[in-house]
Amino acid sequence: MSACLDISNLSATLPSGQRVLRSVSLTVQPGEVRALVGESGAGKSMIGKAVLGVLPPSVRIVEGAIRLEGTDLGALSAKERRRLIGAKAALIPQDPLTALNPSRRVGPQMTDRLVHILGWAADKADRRVRQLLDEVHIREPDRVMKAYPHELSGGMRQRVLIAAAFASEPRLIVADEPTTALDVTVQKQILRLIAQLQQEHGTAILFVTHDLGVVAKVSQKVTVLYAGKVVEEADTPALFANPQHAYTRALMAATPKYTDPQASLKPVDESVLAGLAAEIAVADHDWRPHG
Amino acid sequence: MILQRFLIRLITMAITLLGVSVVVFVIIRVAPGDPIAMMLPPGATDADIARLRALYGLDRSIVEQYFIWLSGVVQGNFGTSISLRQDVMSLVLSRLPATLELSIFALLIALIIGGPLAIVGAREQGTAVEAGIDVANGAALSIPDFLWGLALILLFGVLWPVFHISGRVSPRMDLPFVTQFYLFESIFRLRFDLTRDLIGHMFMPALALALPLAAIISQLLKISLKEVMTLDYVTLARVKGFSETKVILREALKNAALPTLTLIGVQFTFLIGGTVIIERLFSYEGLGNMAIDAVINRDLPLIQGIVLVFALIFVLINLAVDMMYALLNPRLRHG
Amino acid sequence: MVDARALPRRRFDARLMLAGGWLLVVLLAAIFAPLVAPHDPLAQDLMLERLPPFWLPGSEPGYWLGTDSLGRDLLSRLIFGARIALIVAFVAALAACIVGSTLGLVAGYFGGWPDRIISRIVDIWMAFPPVLFAILLVAVFGTGLMSVIIAIAVIDWTRFCRVIRAEAMSQARMDYVENARIAGFGRLRIMVSEVLPNVLPSIVALLSLEMGIAVIVEAILSFVNLSISSDAPTWGGIIAEGRLSIHQAWWVLVFPLIALFLTVLSFSQFGEGLKSRFDPVLR
Repeated sequence: MSACLDISNLSATLPSGQRVLRSVSLTVQPGEVRALVGESGAGKSMIGKAVLGVLPPSVRIVEGAIRLEGTDLGALSAKERRRLIGAKAALIPQDPLTALNPSRRVGPQMTDRLVHILGWAADKADRRVRQLLDEVHIREPDRVMKAYPHELSGGMRQRVLIAAAFASEPRLIVADEPTTALDVTVQKQILRLIAQLQQEHGTAILFVTHDLGVVAKVSQKVTVLYAGKVVEEADTPALFANPQHAYTRALMAATPKYTDPQASLKPVDESVLAGLAAEIAVADHDWRPHG
Repeated sequence: MILQRFLIRLITMAITLLGVSVVVFVIIRVAPGDPIAMMLPPGATDADIARLRALYGLDRSIVEQYFIWLSGVVQGNFGTSISLRQDVMSLVLSRLPATLELSIFALLIALIIGGPLAIVGAREQGTAVEAGIDVANGAALSIPDFLWGLALILLFGVLWPVFHISGRVSPRMDLPFVTQFYLFESIFRLRFDLTRDLIGHMFMPALALALPLAAIISQLLKISLKEVMTLDYVTLARVKGFSETKVILREALKNAALPTLTLIGVQFTFLIGGTVIIERLFSYEGLGNMAIDAVINRDLPLIQGIVLVFALIFVLINLAVDMMYALLNPRLRHG
Repeated sequence: MVDARALPRRRFDARLMLAGGWLLVVLLAAIFAPLVAPHDPLAQDLMLERLPPFWLPGSEPGYWLGTDSLGRDLLSRLIFGARIALIVAFVAALAACIVGSTLGLVAGYFGGWPDRIISRIVDIWMAFPPVLFAILLVAVFGTGLMSVIIAIAVIDWTRFCRVIRAEAMSQARMDYVENARIAGFGRLRIMVSEVLPNVLPSIVALLSLEMGIAVIVEAILSFVNLSISSDAPTWGGIIAEGRLSIHQAWWVLVFPLIALFLTVLSFSQFGEGLKSRFDPVLR
């Protein structure tokens, strides 16, 4: 059985020739939650965007492949790729404030994929979305669906976005830092909600985050990224019990513990970063994109 | 909130119009040269001149003349044209529809050219297509309507004569119209032969007026679209599987159009201001063409009436844009 | 670290060079008009009427761009026309610039009632159709070079006023203005020494743009026969003549049109180029 998402040896560059992704490989099995962690600028969101086919035009994929349920996205035409991603994948975006179109009502924004891309009848899509709104504990689906985004709170909007992502029964969801923009109290609710829906629907999730605390809560597998390069990959419990790479250990030391938030934090050690930089420089020097 | 905004706009509008009327009045009254002397045959006696001056109210002081004129205007009486010896109001009303039709037709052309160019430019960001659109915009922007008009006359009037270059309608056509809105009425009456003839006359002056506006629309809308297209909800729509064109039309266009709209309003008043010389250039029988004749003939009441009507149109457009902005912006609407 | 702004601009600015080049040609032609013009621009010769330009059959040597319906040499008329066009462009644009920028600076920097009064006047001015306003003013002042210049300045000062007001307003909120105030400098002095230099690039760009507009307005005025005097060689006057004889002698319209196109385009591009060169932020 093929993996839900299989990224192999993916490299991407900016117009300047600088690499932003360095031969990244990772897989997400069906129904599995894989966390992708790293500091900002590590390229983790870039991977999410590449999977969903929404890389900025300046970023070019120069080697490697992305397979969604066994289909190589690079081998498809732009239109086929769009359709495939629309049918099989979904995004839970980072900032609920900008992820809903301010001039359209919420309801049509939730049903449009079902109706226009998947070809559902309007009433079926409507029922489906209401069911999902119920699952994310929104009690007044009528009011919410008729509302404009600015009439809803941030937490409410994020729940709408989660409901919309699950509504089409995607095989894979990319969650791009879905709690970063929210209040701490709301963050926990939203995480619990995503975990709950993920289990009920059995959806695979690629969970992009910079927060190791979040990783421990939601994921079964972890990939640690630094400067566009995978530095460590493990089962979540194993990673926390026994981090192999110096960078992972440093990252952990820099993360507040839920058990002991007062414990002193150490910034990521300079010597670790210097070692990584040297490693990457050597790799870049030897690297030639084939093809 | 919208009502309050509306009332404030109405008051400033009134002040602006009053200001315009004062400025015109002062400019015209300091003009040397006696319009009355011009309309009488040589050899008229001083008594004749004095009698006519009294008839047109020119024997009173400027302030008195202004208030007499103003109280007439408030009652819808703009006075009598000196050169055409007709009621100014009815003269203006007979020409205004031609100018309005020309301006609206030009606005439509500008939208039809500028809108799609902006969308294509935003779709093809960073490509040679976008660069080409930018160059075309730059040129169309720096060349004013007067020069476009002349260039069009040369191209489509002389080199490849496919359009009429003067007048509003062919003289041989007999017109069954009851209003002066020929174009609208010809469509309404299903007289498409007349519609074609009218558009054949109107197309080139309208295109000359439209080109600079089209460039502005295309430029502003493209910038605005590109900005909106970096927002998360546009990314989300792409992930949903919608094509780039659909994403732009459905998600980005409305939000990007809102800031562009206010600027188009001001630019549309510039376009209408341009009809004055463009109508002259194409011998199009509109208000602007009549205005130039009125100036040359020193027809004071007629000049005042026409200038005031132009000013009224300008402030009304600004008001309409302001209200439209408030209505289209859901934040203001529900705020 | 080397400040990137201190480095010389690497890119050869083709736009600035081309625009500046054409304007230089026009300027030289205007200054040395009596030396470079092959004929007297006013000399009529009915034997030589409507001669085509040199490459067409029937042309006469020495009359490079042909003649108009009164047999006047087109090239000479264009060269002498450049004189009037440039005088109007420089003087009218400068006058509009000085009046408009000063009022805009005052309105934007001081705010309060000066701003309210000036903005109200600008509103009134904006409610006039500009071409009609210009025609009206020239009709009132009587035709002549001075009237044309005054008319353009009276109409177009608002263009400077609006832009400079907005810029001065945003400058007035900047920290360095606050600092100068704390340091004890007077408001007028701050306006001149702190705010003005920062809005100068915009003024320069607008000034160049306005020169192009002034050339057009002059052409429009002479087109409706209200500019200098009816037989003086102005570009607009030649165009009016060309418009009438368009089916017999197209060149009488084409050549002044090309001259106007290039001049207007050059003024606006020259202004844009200067602005991006001198604007410390854009650069």
